[in-house]
Amino acid sequence: MSVVANRPRPYVRSMRGWWRRDPFFMRYMLREATAVGVLIYAIVLTVGVVRLAQGEAAWNGWLAALRSPWSVLLHLALLLAMMFHALTWFEIMPKTLPALLIGGRRVAAATITRGGWTATLVASGALFALAWWWGS
Amino acid sequence: MAEQRTVEIQVLRYHPQHDEQPAWQSYKIPFSDDTSVLQGLLYIKDEIDGTLSFRWSCRMAICGSCGMMINGKPQLSCHTFLRDLLPGPVRIEALAHFPVERDLIVSAGGFVGKLESIKPYLLPREPRALAAGEYLQTPEELERYEQFSACINCMLCYAACPEFGLNADFVGPGVLALLHRYNADSRDGGRAERMPVLNAEEGVWTCMAVGYCSEVCPKRVDPAHAVNQNKATSAADYFLRFLGPKRGPL
Amino acid sequence: MKRSNAPVFWVLFGAGGMLAALLGPVLVLITGIAAPLGAGLPASLLDYAHLLTLARNGWGKACLFLVIALFAWHAMHRIFHSLHDLGLRTGALAKLACYGGALAITVVSAVSLLSLGF
Repeated sequence: MSVVANRPRPYVRSMRGWWRRDPFFMRYMLREATAVGVLIYAIVLTVGVVRLAQGEAAWNGWLAALRSPWSVLLHLALLLAMMFHALTWFEIMPKTLPALLIGGRRVAAATITRGGWTATLVASGALFALAWWWGS
Repeated sequence: MAEQRTVEIQVLRYHPQHDEQPAWQSYKIPFSDDTSVLQGLLYIKDEIDGTLSFRWSCRMAICGSCGMMINGKPQLSCHTFLRDLLPGPVRIEALAHFPVERDLIVSAGGFVGKLESIKPYLLPREPRALAAGEYLQTPEELERYEQFSACINCMLCYAACPEFGLNADFVGPGVLALLHRYNADSRDGGRAERMPVLNAEEGVWTCMAVGYCSEVCPKRVDPAHAVNQNKATSAADYFLRFLGPKRGPL
Repeated sequence: MKRSNAPVFWVLFGAGGMLAALLGPVLVLITGIAAPLGAGLPASLLDYAHLLTLARNGWGKACLFLVIALFAWHAMHRIFHSLHDLGLRTGALAKLACYGGALAITVVSAVSLLSLGF
């Protein structure tokens, strides 16, 4: 280990409220907070599946709840959370991949990010179309 | 003749033998368009207050000595100019997330220890005789690690990293980027020796991909990329380690 | 240095995060807004009979389970680390609460889906 002698009484600064010190950190905390939205949605789906398993009456009760203004408002908030999650997920994704070389040249992070967003749009369109077809 | 412009510099001072805690001190100094923050500090030390303590050396963003928080952002003082911080006051404090030894000087021993722990040098795959000549490397092989070799050990990334701020045992962005630099070098065969550092909780797994480290790096090393691509490497090593006895990491 | 077990949770976090990034928004839109309100999608999409067919189908069951479980593991991993970021002590109890919660969601949804039969 290092042989530097320890100086007397180094001052350790507090980390309290660290994320309020820079807009970059605020955005990071907001990004992480989208997990709460993802969790709530997972719980909503779970309740739905439980109600489905409890029979038609239980399911119809749940469906009525889903149609309430509170539920729609909640889902609008969840939609925003999911969208911000998708946006930021593909922003980080290039960092988690090894440098991609195509024809000897590095693929820019922005290209990978935009590819991800495109994939979301395509997948979303496909699933929505599938739901529409299946429901009609 | 044009009037000499002045700017206010505020420095968070701390003397371990006199002070219970740091306190701000204000100075007013002359400056011109090409005055760096470092030059400003040197003016203060030379002309106003000789007790002001700070690290510096090359004045040209290559030695990595002069890192400090300037208006709340980790920067090299030799690489930051007063003209960009007007009208002031310019607030300067020691690099964040490190204990302050005195004024703008932080304890760097922990960082140095971590650097030593990752064997930051080429470990040859097999012994090589001088007669074998130099290593040959293609441009693609160079591309795989060159960016990460630009690190000047300035520790700005540590000041940017909140996970390091919250856990001083975190190996950290800079050291992990250097670990990757050697693993990714085609001349190196020391990957297996460095894996334990990577795989530890204090290795890549404390990183939360905040990404601020790469934002502040003066050499565009992109430590966030180095650390986060090694999460997959570490995970692969974790799940595939039971495949075969002396199997090294991917 | 001791090897971390983080990769287990990280892989689940990554899978759930990717799924949520690709399909999270549209799923919320479909199941929470469009279908319940009958706006852009037929309201009959959420009829009991319809959903029973979906949940009884092997693929449908698997999809429902994967979405619920992966979303839960992704979210709890992130929430656990966010608690640490907020300065809270994240020891064994916090870990148990967070990942235990994900496990609970996984088990409850699996049991319910299986009870619907095939």
